[in-house]
Amino acid sequence: MALLKVRDLRLSFGGLKVLHDISFSVEKGAINSLIGPNGAGKTSLFNCLTGFYKPKGGSISLGGRPITGLPPHRITALGLARTFQNIRLFKEMTVLENAMSGQHCRSRHGIVSAILHLPAQRREEEAIRAAGMRWLDFVGIQQHAHRRAGGLSYGDQRRLELARALASAPELILLDEPAAGLNEREKLDLVHLIRRIRDETGVTVLLIEHDMGLVMQVSEKIVVFDYGQKIADGPPEAVRADPRVIEAYLGTEE
Amino acid sequence: MTDEVRTMPATAQPRLMRWSVVLPGLAALACALVLPQFANAYVTEVATTALLYVVLCLGLNIVVGYAGLLDLGYAAFFAVGAYTSGILTAEFGFNFWLTIPVAMAAACVAGIIIGAPTLRLRSDYLAIVTLGFGEIVRIIARNLDITGGASGLIGIERPEIFGFKLMQVQHFYYAFLVLALLTAFVCLSVERSRMGRAWFYVRYDEDAAAGIGINRVTAKLQAYMMGAVIASVAGCLYAAKMTAISPESFTFNQSLLILLGVVLGGMGRIPGVVLGAVLVALLPEVLRGAGTYRPLVTAVALLAIMLFRPNGLWPDKRV
Repeated sequence: MALLKVRDLRLSFGGLKVLHDISFSVEKGAINSLIGPNGAGKTSLFNCLTGFYKPKGGSISLGGRPITGLPPHRITALGLARTFQNIRLFKEMTVLENAMSGQHCRSRHGIVSAILHLPAQRREEEAIRAAGMRWLDFVGIQQHAHRRAGGLSYGDQRRLELARALASAPELILLDEPAAGLNEREKLDLVHLIRRIRDETGVTVLLIEHDMGLVMQVSEKIVVFDYGQKIADGPPEAVRADPRVIEAYLGTEE
Repeated sequence: MTDEVRTMPATAQPRLMRWSVVLPGLAALACALVLPQFANAYVTEVATTALLYVVLCLGLNIVVGYAGLLDLGYAAFFAVGAYTSGILTAEFGFNFWLTIPVAMAAACVAGIIIGAPTLRLRSDYLAIVTLGFGEIVRIIARNLDITGGASGLIGIERPEIFGFKLMQVQHFYYAFLVLALLTAFVCLSVERSRMGRAWFYVRYDEDAAAGIGINRVTAKLQAYMMGAVIASVAGCLYAAKMTAISPESFTFNQSLLILLGVVLGGMGRIPGVVLGAVLVALLPEVLRGAGTYRPLVTAVALLAIMLFRPNGLWPDKRV
């Protein structure tokens, strides 16, 4: 069953067409990738999926429910979480507070019950805290829980972004260049972590990545973009052999 | 390690038991409790003003310090509270205590009217709109009959509690002390709750907050309304203490002074804001001896603070 379905998605900024009639789908429980040269429109597509950009046409559905044009917070609440290409943590807050932020849309107590210190509100706070710690533990940075998020190493900041997104209990998680700036050893850990996300939590993964080695290693299906158009879609071996993909990445022989 | 902010276990409530804050806090509270027994009427009066500013600054801190919204018209909500309570007691014979919920509701409505359309804007635009709102409320108060026009409203009833009428400076001093403590408790409770964290998320990175599932407009509106409600309650008690209020108590200058208290002490955290509020109230009195040089000395002092302590006198450790 397709968890995410994108049909004829179009996006333009003024006269500039960024995405031309993009269609693809992501199966439930899969690890898929979007690849393409710089400026191909990958991040723009992510921003459409997560509600940050409003597409000009086409439709997006998550688990059969249309999410086209909804605001970002509604889309997250419906089960689609994301990370950002340039890490966007709440740097001044603690690591744990960052991880707890994902739980906001899964909890409900507001100002009044906080002032009255209602038992149900205290229990909910404990549950939010416990969930934050659990996801920090999952990505392996629990020992840093009370440090300032901005003080973490680059690799750990990437992990924290993952923990924060996972804490929102998503069905599908979009990772925008999770390997950017990581060294070889950290990339290996990342591959392992991405597999664990799917295998241990059942969350479907869709990633944008430049690192071809990593993409080929981890994805079951790859969608290739160039100039805002989909040029290939299939398993890694087929995509690697596709002449149009080779052309997009390496150019043609004149 | 330099960025080790807290070393509490995850289940403990961080910050609650930091002795460096709790001990001076208790000492200050003890001094505040016995002050009217030793001080003369003038000192008590100034201290009462300081407590009023503590309440107002704590309220504005929710908007500016927690949610990161620049509000230049905060005195408008203070006015809404003062006029609502004043009109209801003076013109319609309401019991003072009953006017508080009415004033809170009025502040909520005013907060929604001004906040709902404008909180979608980014911070700088919001500053302009709130500045305008502050002036609109003051000018309305100047021109309506029911608010007493430019000369203001007189004959506001003094509140009674269990048959005891609040009359003297000391009585109002204690009333404001209770209100300040209550406000601090409310702020502390909310700061450490789900909504409080949501405000910080929105303040530090609006897009990341939206991406993680926080409705930024609702979060900002709630902060704005909570700030409004606190100012309106302060306004009720202020009207009762003064028994007469005029539009000139709620000028742009008043909004600026409250904002100054928040920024001066160190916005975001309660101890800094309380310190800033007290300073704003005390500075004009302390500098009375400077005579006509007072504005100059004040300006130099403020510049020095901003130069040497840009995050405030008692800043939030995280920034």
